[in-house]
Amino acid sequence: MMLEESKDTLAVPAPADGGSTSSVRDVNVRIDVQSGEGRVAGEMIMESVDLQVHYGDFLAVRDVNLKIHRDEITALIGPSGCGKSTILRCFNRMNDLIPSAKVGGKIFYRGIDLYGPDANSGEVRRRIGMVFQKPNPFPKSIYDNVAFGPRVNGKPSRAETDELVERSLRRAALWDEVKDRLKQSAFSLSGGQQQRLCIARALAVDPDVLLMDEPCSALDPIATARIEDLMHEIKSQYPIVIVTHNMQQAARVSDRTAFFNTEIGANATRPTGVLVEYDQTRKIFSAPADERTEQYISGRMG
Amino acid sequence: MSAVMAHDSLRDTTSPARKVRDRIFLGALWLATLIALLTLIVLVFTTYVDAQGKLNLDLLRNFPSPFPEDAGIQSALFGSLWVVLTSGLLSLFFAIGSAIYLEEFANPNSRVQRLITLNIQTLAGVPSIVYGVLGLAFVVRGPLGWGFTVGSASVVLTMMVLPMMIVASREALKAVPPSLREGAYALGATKWQAISKQVLPAATGGIATGSILGVSRALGESAPLILLGALAYVSSNPTGFDSDYTVLPLLIFKYATEAQEEFRAVGAAAIIVLLILLIALNLLAIVVRDKTRKSW
Repeated sequence: MMLEESKDTLAVPAPADGGSTSSVRDVNVRIDVQSGEGRVAGEMIMESVDLQVHYGDFLAVRDVNLKIHRDEITALIGPSGCGKSTILRCFNRMNDLIPSAKVGGKIFYRGIDLYGPDANSGEVRRRIGMVFQKPNPFPKSIYDNVAFGPRVNGKPSRAETDELVERSLRRAALWDEVKDRLKQSAFSLSGGQQQRLCIARALAVDPDVLLMDEPCSALDPIATARIEDLMHEIKSQYPIVIVTHNMQQAARVSDRTAFFNTEIGANATRPTGVLVEYDQTRKIFSAPADERTEQYISGRMG
Repeated sequence: MSAVMAHDSLRDTTSPARKVRDRIFLGALWLATLIALLTLIVLVFTTYVDAQGKLNLDLLRNFPSPFPEDAGIQSALFGSLWVVLTSGLLSLFFAIGSAIYLEEFANPNSRVQRLITLNIQTLAGVPSIVYGVLGLAFVVRGPLGWGFTVGSASVVLTMMVLPMMIVASREALKAVPPSLREGAYALGATKWQAISKQVLPAATGGIATGSILGVSRALGESAPLILLGALAYVSSNPTGFDSDYTVLPLLIFKYATEAQEEFRAVGAAAIIVLLILLIALNLLAIVVRDKTRKSW
């Protein structure tokens, strides 16, 4: 059941009316969200089919079939080197930046092939935002960090930018802490605040999906709890795919969980990642279907 | 016994011989620094003494002359500024351009790219007189035929400092953390947006420092310019790329080799002016470096 949305495209807007096209598209998205037309909780928004990634000759991960649903948080868990982050980076084509990475199989976003001719990597990344493992604010002011995305995707006016920055910071639950020092360097913030700034930065371009690559692994428990609360608050607007090393975190925040494991192929010297099981989080953690999942969950592996 | 002692006391148990050795080593370090520093101080001081009577505004007001009474440095000062500033701008443009290409676009594993890198590193070590010969053959005469002009000198000095500035700019770009690029790309930025809006601003400090040091090398350079017609008494300031010119280091050489004793003072005064310019450029590099480091 792939979504058919003919007016939606991932191609770059025509240069002649680049600005207006993107604003028209934004309106479409907003109407869609407000009217709730065609929105069923759990509706699928992204799907990977037989996804596999090579780094040079090395097969890093194979045969991944995942469906990402709306209004949900999907967690990718598994031992180190099982390819969770690699898979995540395929979902917004960040792997394009690694020359040796080769992606096989297909990923569909609203029915459009992410790696097909109708998809531009920049537009893909605008629609599918990403938050990284280590907070990586730009060496600029808090305001400019949030404004960067909107600015590279169009030329918003001063007033529009002001409004966008405030709205994004509010959504990321950071506004009250920084509203009086928007012009200060982003490095003046604490680690947890920096990570929420990175979330605000990602939300400022109004993405459709948010990818998070171990967003809390560099944070203390209090900052982690704030990020997790935030994820719950925004998941109805931004479906989230999160890679995490922390099983408790996956159990706490996610609606669905995908468990990856490693195996050594017939002629391979390094382990390849495989998707073992993908189901509702409750089921994965209470009654996993696969024995390997059960072992990992109960701490007997990885 | 000694183990028991160690438990009972926090007193210094270093042997006297070891203390002496420590001191000797420290003394040697001091001496090395002192010799370098003393040389510089003696040099500057004797030059300053030699320059007495000539360190005044007349020095800057007058043009070079075969008569020591009214010999000045104005045309050489402006010649130096012209040549150094134009070659500085030219080389900055080319250095940043090639550094961005080599760091951000070129495939680091390709053979061509490695060959280019090796060449640039080799060029950075080529004696400057070789650039002078090249300039004489290809810029002054030969295909370009620009003659002994500011333009020729500017182009040749650009070629000379370019390798060094490319290396410095590449290092500055390399020092920008990859997470910054990823952050920009993840927001939908194009490659050029990521480079121009995030990577380059973050690398500005390093690029500026390297470039200023390259420019100060060009300012003190004399060897290639001997071949490019700068070794002459020029009695007018340059007005453009096609002007005759001379530069401070070569005017100093000229005054130093004149028979009359009075010229020594003019030469010494010119050295002081050149040193002030060099120190100013180096200070600027330090200020730029410290300023940009804070914003990280």
